[in-house]
Amino acid sequence: MSLAMFLQHGLNGLTLGSLYALIAIGYTMVYGILRLINFAHSEIFMLGAYFVLWGTTLFFLPWYVAMVVAVVVTAGVGILVDRVAYRPLRDAPRISALISAIGVSFFLQNLTIVAFGAIPREVYRPLWLETPMLMGEVRVLPLTIFVPTLSFLLMLGLVWVVYRTKAGLGMRAISKDIETSYIMGVSVNRIISLTFGIGSALAAASGIMWALRYPQLQPVMGSIPGFKAFIAAVFGGIGSIPGAVVGGVILGFTEIMAVAFFPDLAGYRDAFAFVLLIAILLIKPTGLMGAKLEDKV
Amino acid sequence: MLEVQDLNVFYGGIHALKGLTIQVPQGRVVTLIGANGAGKSSTLRAIAGLIRNKKGHIRYRGSEISGLSPVDIVKSGIVMAPEGRKIFPHLSVLDNLRLGAYARKDKAGVEKDLKWVYELFPRLEDRKDQKGGTLSGGEQQMLALGRALMSAADLIMLDEPSLGLAPKLVREVFEIIATINALGKTVLLVEQNAFAALKIAHHAYVLEVGAIVLAGSGEELIADSRVRDAYLGG
Repeated sequence: MSLAMFLQHGLNGLTLGSLYALIAIGYTMVYGILRLINFAHSEIFMLGAYFVLWGTTLFFLPWYVAMVVAVVVTAGVGILVDRVAYRPLRDAPRISALISAIGVSFFLQNLTIVAFGAIPREVYRPLWLETPMLMGEVRVLPLTIFVPTLSFLLMLGLVWVVYRTKAGLGMRAISKDIETSYIMGVSVNRIISLTFGIGSALAAASGIMWALRYPQLQPVMGSIPGFKAFIAAVFGGIGSIPGAVVGGVILGFTEIMAVAFFPDLAGYRDAFAFVLLIAILLIKPTGLMGAKLEDKV
Repeated sequence: MLEVQDLNVFYGGIHALKGLTIQVPQGRVVTLIGANGAGKSSTLRAIAGLIRNKKGHIRYRGSEISGLSPVDIVKSGIVMAPEGRKIFPHLSVLDNLRLGAYARKDKAGVEKDLKWVYELFPRLEDRKDQKGGTLSGGEQQMLALGRALMSAADLIMLDEPSLGLAPKLVREVFEIIATINALGKTVLLVEQNAFAALKIAHHAYVLEVGAIVLAGSGEELIADSRVRDAYLGG
């Protein structure tokens, strides 16, 4: 394989990887605080893309405005899901919230079918993102630069919130010890809402950019990327934000490179993630950057 | 300042506090002593708002606070330093202290109190960027006290602050409690180390299986033969 080809695949891998990473962050943040796998997160990703469709076709918003609005609305849906489906179960056994999450996932998928129909829809894409540029020998899609760059900026924003703001301090505190945070005066429910809001906004951004790359919208479009992002979060060490980012990028990269080097295996593309999952669970069950898991008392 | 009247607490089927009544006057050190499981921690947790299943009255500066959430109780001026210190091991010393001030909005006041806490505990300033979990047991207890002070609460509830510390550090902790009190804070202290607690307490209560069996000044209880037999080793 020529260097030019390798770079091209590399950019594709980075693009896919950042999309996984953005979703994985939401899984890992919610898990870090509530020890809950939010299975509805795939549907949040999907809704982000659908809301752009809605914004551009129903309200005739310009695409970039529709995207921002979609991110905000999806964040609201994420917060609402927590309020309605998880908060009432906060003191219940953890398995109850997990079942509730699966229920929400089905509900949102079917609600989307009712609202938008099950027929795949195409979303508007600005043409310049799809026009290859020639940089030396390398054919570069502007999209494969735009997606990793925007993802990187969003992650920087996240780091700022988590490590430089008071709400971020609250998040880091309740991820370790909810009760003590509570008696220190941290409004736990508000911080949890914020966590769902941020995680959902990032998933929406991922879904929207996913639709720029793969422009077919379907109500079940979240399942596979959601699953893979979940694997990325586990691979990186669930509960760790850097782990989710690294896991996502590694997963996206491996997937693209495996297909590039072994085109015959292209049909097994979706299986790579699961092979990776099994491998990490055998070698280092807490993931690359996962701390030792202590069960909450 | 704080009045607890006929407080009953239930854990599942267990009746942990049975009509507990205590008073904590402003500016005083009040201590609750008693054996393990007598209900000392339950009393503090109920006041802090962590126990919902309770009956009775808790009044602070004349208003009923028994229905408030832990966050509102901190805002009203009562803070608890929990048993086992419960500092955040993965956060820096400074972040731990800032968490203590989480419910406050007065930024200038927070900075002022931070300086004050550093004056009280110079070692915390030396280690402000270090992770809480890397501190020694004694330093962690200082951090837990400093964090409680950062809330600017007037009533500080301490749950077993001397637990697990070396004798020299235990003395230091009780000196600090006396200092904090001298600086104007009211202290409600729960201790197994009954002798040390009674020595610095203005008022003391002896708790047995969820009810007060004896009350008096610290000195009176040290002199009381029943207390001597049961808690001070004869």
